[in-house]
Amino acid sequence: MDVVDLFLTVGFWAATVRMATPLIFGTLGELICERAGVLNLGIEGIMTIGAMSAWMWVYQGGDLWTATLFAAMVGASFGLLHAGFSVYMGLSQHVTGIGITLLASSLSYFVFRIMLPGVTTPPKIEPFAPLPIPLLADIPVLGPALFIQSPLTYIALSLVGVVAYILYRTPVGLAVRMVGENPMAVEAQGIDVFAVRTGAVAVGSALMAVGGAFLTISVFDAFYFQMINGRGWICVALVIFASWRPGKALLGAFLFAAFDALQIRVQQASSSLIPYQFYLMMPYLLSIVALIVMSRRAAYPKALLVPFRRGER
Amino acid sequence: MTTPVLRLDGITKRFGPLVANDDISLDLGSGEVLALLGENGAGKTTLMNILFGHYVADAGRIEVFGQPLPHGSPAASIAAGIGMVHQHFTLADNLTVLDNVMLGTESLWAPRQRRAEARDRLTALERDFGLAVDPNATIGSLAVGQRQRVEILKALYRDAKILILDEPTAVLTPQETDSLFDTLRRMVARGLSVIFISHKLNEVMAIADRIAVLRQGAVVASFDKDATSREQLASAMVGRTLAEPKRTPLSAGGPVLEIKAAGLSRRHGGQRLDNVDLTVREQEIIGIAGVSGNGQSALADLISGLVMPETGSLRMLGEPVRRAGPAAMVERGVGRVPEDRHSTGVVGDMTVRENLILEDYRRRPFSRFGLLGFSAIATWTDRLIDSFDIRCSSAAVPVRSLSGGNMQKLILARVLAREPKLILANQPTRGLDVGAIAYVHEKLFEARARGAGIVLISEDLEELLALSDRIAVIYQGRLSEPQPVENVTLTDLGLSMSGHGAFDRGADQSHAA
Repeated sequence: MDVVDLFLTVGFWAATVRMATPLIFGTLGELICERAGVLNLGIEGIMTIGAMSAWMWVYQGGDLWTATLFAAMVGASFGLLHAGFSVYMGLSQHVTGIGITLLASSLSYFVFRIMLPGVTTPPKIEPFAPLPIPLLADIPVLGPALFIQSPLTYIALSLVGVVAYILYRTPVGLAVRMVGENPMAVEAQGIDVFAVRTGAVAVGSALMAVGGAFLTISVFDAFYFQMINGRGWICVALVIFASWRPGKALLGAFLFAAFDALQIRVQQASSSLIPYQFYLMMPYLLSIVALIVMSRRAAYPKALLVPFRRGER
Repeated sequence: MTTPVLRLDGITKRFGPLVANDDISLDLGSGEVLALLGENGAGKTTLMNILFGHYVADAGRIEVFGQPLPHGSPAASIAAGIGMVHQHFTLADNLTVLDNVMLGTESLWAPRQRRAEARDRLTALERDFGLAVDPNATIGSLAVGQRQRVEILKALYRDAKILILDEPTAVLTPQETDSLFDTLRRMVARGLSVIFISHKLNEVMAIADRIAVLRQGAVVASFDKDATSREQLASAMVGRTLAEPKRTPLSAGGPVLEIKAAGLSRRHGGQRLDNVDLTVREQEIIGIAGVSGNGQSALADLISGLVMPETGSLRMLGEPVRRAGPAAMVERGVGRVPEDRHSTGVVGDMTVRENLILEDYRRRPFSRFGLLGFSAIATWTDRLIDSFDIRCSSAAVPVRSLSGGNMQKLILARVLAREPKLILANQPTRGLDVGAIAYVHEKLFEARARGAGIVLISEDLEELLALSDRIAVIYQGRLSEPQPVENVTLTDLGLSMSGHGAFDRGADQSHAA
């Protein structure tokens, strides 16, 4: 297979959009947290527990949509936990976030083991089927790539617009951006800084969890250990790549997913001279390069990582 | 006096053992400007933060228009018609003026912002009160005076009837201060009431109807403006009459520091330097006036050896300085009193003793064979603590527990004990009370009499006029020719600081002569 041909195949583009979906959820979630001034390194763990809880919900007989909602709620509660430590108690956001990741991942594996003891091969569920959009799906190449996808992918794509609208066009979005810039300004206007930050972290974490859920109830049909595989960390990098803007976050997610999709195909197509690990490495390497190029002049939220304490002198 | 729009009754607030506000009662009449006068740490800002709901008072009550105000809720204070212009602006730099003004004025759950209406309302307010700012400009692109206008507009936009201004003139040029006072008079004419917090006597006398003096957390006196004098206010504020050290005439000696045509490009977002010439001689104090951010930090970095000029030259005691290095500059005889005591002057978590030998710890007898000589250090630092009257419970307490005045004494002790040939004093009295200011001035005069050349960078024009032998103005990285202080007036300084080169013309004439 020629590399040029590759870009023309529907399969490549469809895979790119599919692989971008969890990254879009995760990046938007992280972006909302960081816009409010809270770094959420719990993302890797929150995606894991989102993946596990959605899958488990379906496996126990729930339907796919309530599973998505359940994952979001589990994610939001871990977000609240993170906010409790980092917003209300003003503890280090790095340490708290990594703690949340360790807790949520371990808890996912623990619950999985407890509920399914003695299982060697992961059991399967019936995941979301691709939902072709009438008419649009008939467009050559673009149709199958964009419009024969999981319903969750459509939600991810439309969320980009929704998040951008909320951030830039609504009073609550202004309050979120402002707590990330100067919490004192928000306090001085009579708005509760803690409430705004906590809300943003909860909503952001819910989105992350849905990103994880997408993997178990849409792409795959089972829950594996280590299945998030660093996607959460990639989202943290993509937020910087995106300069904290939802539109650029979409671009970044597509770019990374395209590298990833390409990597798989090149790996299959090429000879065995180059070890496959090299191809596995490529998306990450290219992301780092893109990050360096794109984020040199990124204006990060001024109050990111800065805890706010009321009545402090 | 008319009926009070605001009444504070028995407000008390403690921070640990410190009583910041002690049973304070005040009234504010409609259409009145009440000045709260007091030194730093007198409790002015604390009181206003209680009024605005940032802090909760331990005791006392507040009534606004006859209604009791709930404690600890900025939202309730805003709803009651109180607006506050904070000393440190509460604005978000990356957002626009309109965003900053609109925040909190709409229900958070409204589906969209009504930006067009808000913009119209804001422009109308700007017109009414003479506070022109572009609603679409980002805060970061505005000058300090304009940012303050945004703060005032925020309060007006929310229909404030009582405006509190906390040290509003600290960051303004004299002309900007005049324009602020015009705005305040317009507001009062429309029936608003103003609380004006300051420690500057001339401003208080210029704008206030009534003056309440705070000292150590209590209201010690209250005056009608027409029935008091600067002297009376000053002694009420300090609690004793204070002798200001005076400059004695001395003739300047040979050059200590010579900066020739020095240029520095913009870095770290700071102001560049453009072709700066400056010669400092023995026994003279050169004052550098300017609005903050016009290149003072770059000049200070240059003199302290943190950077080298990219063009031009720098000579210390006649010898060219070719390589950057603060330690080398200290060895050459430069003493540095940095602008920000807390971040660059001391290491807050280290002890008084350790901070006192920060510039000397590598030398004998403080360090021998790579080990600190504790007894030598203790003897030396105890002597400094004694002779500079640094008030601390022990030499082993961390420096951050010291008051600003004592921290500055520590820095002066460290610097002056080396008998530097050149002293860079960058904002040496910022944030200090009147007593500590007098102390710093006295020490600088002593160093000058001993033969040191001093570069005094300050935003306090009265301080510059009182201390300097010659004064130069820095504006957008350009330094004017220093003028003898006798030929300089406050008005000239103010104009040059805002770029209306009254001073530069003077400089040009002296070049021509």
